[in-house]
Amino acid sequence: MRRLGRWLMDGVAWLVLLYLFLPIFVIILYSFNKPAGKFNFVWKSFSLEAWSNPFAYEALYESMKLSLRVAALSTLVATIFGTLIALALTRYKFRGSSAVNLLLVLPLTTPEVVLGSSLLSLFLDFNVRSGFNTIVIAHIMFSVSYVALTVRARIRGFDWTLEEAAMDLGAPPMRVFFKVTLPIIAPGIVAAAMLAFALSLDDFIITLFNAGNRVTYPLYVYGARRAAFPPQINVLATAILLLSLLALGATVLWQQRTLRQRGMSVTPLA
Amino acid sequence: MAGTASGGSRRSRLAPYLLVAPGILWLLVFFVAPTITLAQTSVSGAGPWYEAYGRALGNYGVHFFRSLRYALGATLLALAMGYPLAYFIAFRAGRLKNLLLGLVVLPFFTTFLVRTFAWKTILNDGGPAVWLLQQLHILDPGGRLLDTTIAVVGGLTYNFLPFMILPIYVSLEKIDRRLVEAAEDLYSTPLEAFRKVVLPLSLPGVFAGSLLTFIPATGDFINAQLLGSPNQQMIGTVIQNQFLEVRDYPLAASLSFVLMAVITLGVLAYARVLGTEELA
Repeated sequence: MRRLGRWLMDGVAWLVLLYLFLPIFVIILYSFNKPAGKFNFVWKSFSLEAWSNPFAYEALYESMKLSLRVAALSTLVATIFGTLIALALTRYKFRGSSAVNLLLVLPLTTPEVVLGSSLLSLFLDFNVRSGFNTIVIAHIMFSVSYVALTVRARIRGFDWTLEEAAMDLGAPPMRVFFKVTLPIIAPGIVAAAMLAFALSLDDFIITLFNAGNRVTYPLYVYGARRAAFPPQINVLATAILLLSLLALGATVLWQQRTLRQRGMSVTPLA
Repeated sequence: MAGTASGGSRRSRLAPYLLVAPGILWLLVFFVAPTITLAQTSVSGAGPWYEAYGRALGNYGVHFFRSLRYALGATLLALAMGYPLAYFIAFRAGRLKNLLLGLVVLPFFTTFLVRTFAWKTILNDGGPAVWLLQQLHILDPGGRLLDTTIAVVGGLTYNFLPFMILPIYVSLEKIDRRLVEAAEDLYSTPLEAFRKVVLPLSLPGVFAGSLLTFIPATGDFINAQLLGSPNQQMIGTVIQNQFLEVRDYPLAASLSFVLMAVITLGVLAYARVLGTEELA
């Protein structure tokens, strides 16, 4: 009876993992499809055509470039802003810190359609034209909270007396920051930056409201349901997945190494 | 605390405010201020201030209730699927733990829209899922999966499942294993140890995961648009349509505001009970 229960639990767990990966298999498989018409939704025959010519569609290529530019810029700014907030929250007790906490959590608990539409109403009110800048503004806005909360969760348990020790030994503040503080918080910052980058690259709903006539990769995919859905979309999706896999693997290994060097327990991703 | 290291000097009292200033200003200007303009827009139409709200609730009440119903269904399904997987990773995966956690997050590095289109391919008429269910006589010969409530709720469940799994995993991971062993020494069945020790201690994760699934699911319109028919239209589609196509801004803003008000009230009540820390 006890064993049956365990087997049932484990079985459900593996089935859920399979469910998580089912569409991923389909995306990868259909990147090798040679569809009959313009829409890559029905399997026809195996082909390497899309992979050998991934940038055949100019607009798709341009949309990917735009998405990468938006993601790079918004990640950079949001990572700096978010990390500073996380440092303040973990290292100082100050009046208003609970208000800061609340302000960080609220964007996460507001549906994207509300975030996107309210930002649009602000831009309309002040006659701001939607475009590259408004997309970046929106992406920084929703990324700051994720970065701040991720970095805070990672650095909460660290031993800040190391900093005092360095200062007692006569190190100037800048040197303390670069030699002691930054190495301690770096793994958390990298994890947060990767999260912000992935969120920006993937965002559709908020971007739809604030993109004007600019087309990011998700917006291109959305429009493709009407005109043409080439297998190149799947090729780029698969490429992003492979690159993320590499980045994820590299960071996990790097974090395990740095944490082990300091004799700390290893809990990446959580 | 470095703040205590340098005593109560003026500089260290200002330090936390200088650190939070850029990010918090950004949130005030691009999150709080838009909420205020949204409220203003919602009452800016012709006629009495509540005119747009009357239309929002009168004409689209059915969309609100449908969205809440679908989101609740997706949250319960995600809990039923996410809990066993989170439990498995936390307690039974051993050395595979980090790998499995990575696998849970990995699908979400392919674009949300491309994933949902993949579900469209899977559930399509004449596709593998329909064929299988027809062979098993679960689905009638002419039956469909696409354009049904099942497809939409299934899509919502899929897209927000990791938001359920990760918080539950975090709270399970924190549980002291010796508590479970002690319980198993004292009580006889593992089921009872689970019910009286593990489950109560994992409830913060369950609550956080439910919120992080329920909230985005309520406002989502992609799953309904790609996997459903107009009969499955959710409130997000209406808001998007009114804002970007019809451009009835007062109506669109009041719809957004009602949606946000309903959800924020729930979240604030919850944050009061557990403290905002638990949400992170």
